[in-house]
Amino acid sequence: MSTTQAPPQRAEPVDRPGFETMTYREALRLAMREEMLRDERVFVMGEEVGVFDGAYKVTAGLLGEFGSDRVRDTPISEEGFVGAGVGAAMLGERPIVEIMTINFLLVAMDQVVNHAAKIGAMFGGEVRCPLVIRTPNGAGNQLTAQHSQSFEGWFAGTPGLKVLAPATPADAKGLLKAAIRDDDPVLVVENLAIYKERGEVPLDPDFITPIGLAAVAREGTDVTLIAHSYATVRALHVAERLERTHGISAEVVDLRSLRPLDVETVAASVAKTSRAVCIEEGWPTYGVSAELAARIQYVCFDDLDAPVERVGMAEVPLPYAKELENAALPNEQRIQAAVLATLGRAA
Amino acid sequence: MSIATSTLRGLYEQMLLIRVFETEAERQYKAARIGGYCHLSSGQEAATVGSTHALDPGDLLVTGYRCHGFALARGVPADAVMAELFGRVDGCAHGRGGSMHLLDVSRGYYGGWGIVAGQLPIATGLALGLVRQGRAQAVLCELGDGAVNMGAWHESLNLAAVWRLPVVFLVMNNEYGMGTSVERASAVTDLYRRAASYDLPAERVDGDDLLAVAQASATLLAGAREERRAAVLELVTYRHRGHSVADAGLAYRTRGEIDEHIQRDPIFRVRALLAQEGVSDDELDGLMGAAEEQVAAAVAASVASPPPAVSTLATGMYAPGSAAQFAGMLPGAPFGERELVFAGGLGE
Repeated sequence: MSTTQAPPQRAEPVDRPGFETMTYREALRLAMREEMLRDERVFVMGEEVGVFDGAYKVTAGLLGEFGSDRVRDTPISEEGFVGAGVGAAMLGERPIVEIMTINFLLVAMDQVVNHAAKIGAMFGGEVRCPLVIRTPNGAGNQLTAQHSQSFEGWFAGTPGLKVLAPATPADAKGLLKAAIRDDDPVLVVENLAIYKERGEVPLDPDFITPIGLAAVAREGTDVTLIAHSYATVRALHVAERLERTHGISAEVVDLRSLRPLDVETVAASVAKTSRAVCIEEGWPTYGVSAELAARIQYVCFDDLDAPVERVGMAEVPLPYAKELENAALPNEQRIQAAVLATLGRAA
Repeated sequence: MSIATSTLRGLYEQMLLIRVFETEAERQYKAARIGGYCHLSSGQEAATVGSTHALDPGDLLVTGYRCHGFALARGVPADAVMAELFGRVDGCAHGRGGSMHLLDVSRGYYGGWGIVAGQLPIATGLALGLVRQGRAQAVLCELGDGAVNMGAWHESLNLAAVWRLPVVFLVMNNEYGMGTSVERASAVTDLYRRAASYDLPAERVDGDDLLAVAQASATLLAGAREERRAAVLELVTYRHRGHSVADAGLAYRTRGEIDEHIQRDPIFRVRALLAQEGVSDDELDGLMGAAEEQVAAAVAASVASPPPAVSTLATGMYAPGSAAQFAGMLPGAPFGERELVFAGGLGE
């Protein structure tokens, strides 16, 4: 923030020393910038990451600062350039590959699942693949069936990969930096709707969010809402509203990391509240919430006072019409209804 | 191409080693000491040895799954290759990869890969890594004739061309992708001509002519190293055996066709060259005996090498330090996961 400009018209919250309020998008950019300054081996490639400043502007300005060798525009060839990232990583480089949205990552599925994920184990630990793939999931802008999906559960079900899904600007920075420094292939799942969310972000260039640790995003005693990515934002809104309108104290666990999955933190919360609602942006069948439910019933069998509830995208290819799209999303009304049902309370 | 007799003799020894190794691998497979898929390269020795000979020590090699010969030609000890086929700890991938996934990073061999054409994008990435690291070296990427019909072929050649990456795509055209002939699979059967789509230099060479292969490989690899010019080299060869040991190789080709190729065995051709140079029959026979001894020793070493301990099931899957990241995943893990995966110190 420049001090030479006129004072702002409305009062802005003052950041604590060492922190700055910024968007999720800016936090991701800061993470990449810091790591590129710290480590020459780090470079970015993907469609429109350079001259265009990024399809969602996450890489804006990086080309000017680091040049076209380290901020590489690619042809529309996801399989080709994800694989190029795999090969460069095997040689000790630290590529960050941006995929415009997770829907297009399916085109490179073979490189991610059949190649990157296999390298450490299949070659007996003789070579590693420190590759980062960044890509947003999410729905809600009438982008329709082919551009509104959330496939992180597919990748999180693959041994050999690590899958992270930050829900806050601070974790966007901290987890992306952890991914870049990690020696394994890491998929960082961002989210279209959170790109513009603002939050306080540590400026310390050595701040990272550890991989494999969930966060208790909100403390509560009556029910645990477990979510990741944008579903965490939705869950927090619902928790705050339920406190006001129903006097319900909901705890929100933000998974942050899907593989590894921090079941310990989830189980400690459910042991306290005895009730769990698992929420995700994607389809629940065979999804992240299915995995959570299985583990919760095993670990918290004696603690549960109600069946584990799940909320996700309605199981249809997402339609265009706004009314239909709204109905299909794991929106706050549906989450709230699920929480109340779990508590045996009327809406 | 003129070549010192001693060099030619060394290449002949490599070709013999590969042939004897493949013949023994088939025998061991049929004796159930080798499992999985086992793709032999008998008949392709000139293409394998000639192209690998053109590599500098600092160059990199990537191959598909028909990779025993390439590993041996690159200098991976026969003991380590055979032990890998046996699934033993002294295998080059410590018994984790098997026949299709040989590697030796110390020799710049970044793997045999099992998905047709999947190694091509990785080869372009290795070439990108070389460029970023300022190393004037090249990547040799082997693939089969079947791989040219995959999207990864197109994407990789295009990327290598627009980014000027030092990678030579070596198409081992042995006339059949599994049981489908090139004529039945490819609209343009002169596969090297496809490089024109990417404005890349390309050559087609008799893959059973060792010296022609070595010369063409050297020229294209030099262009990659010195001018960052990617290229395509098509080597026309033939595999004497089936697609894998499980395939008799007769459903899609005749006995006569196979015999005709065996009559023109590339090993005979090099033997004739050496005889012309004055190497005696006794000496040439002795080289065969030495290859047989080397392979017999590899089998003995593989039998003596222990299988990997079950406690190491997850070893190598994640990098050192990952165990702490996964600690929270233990509660509620599927039955037995603690003993099978976590007990081995995941990534430690």
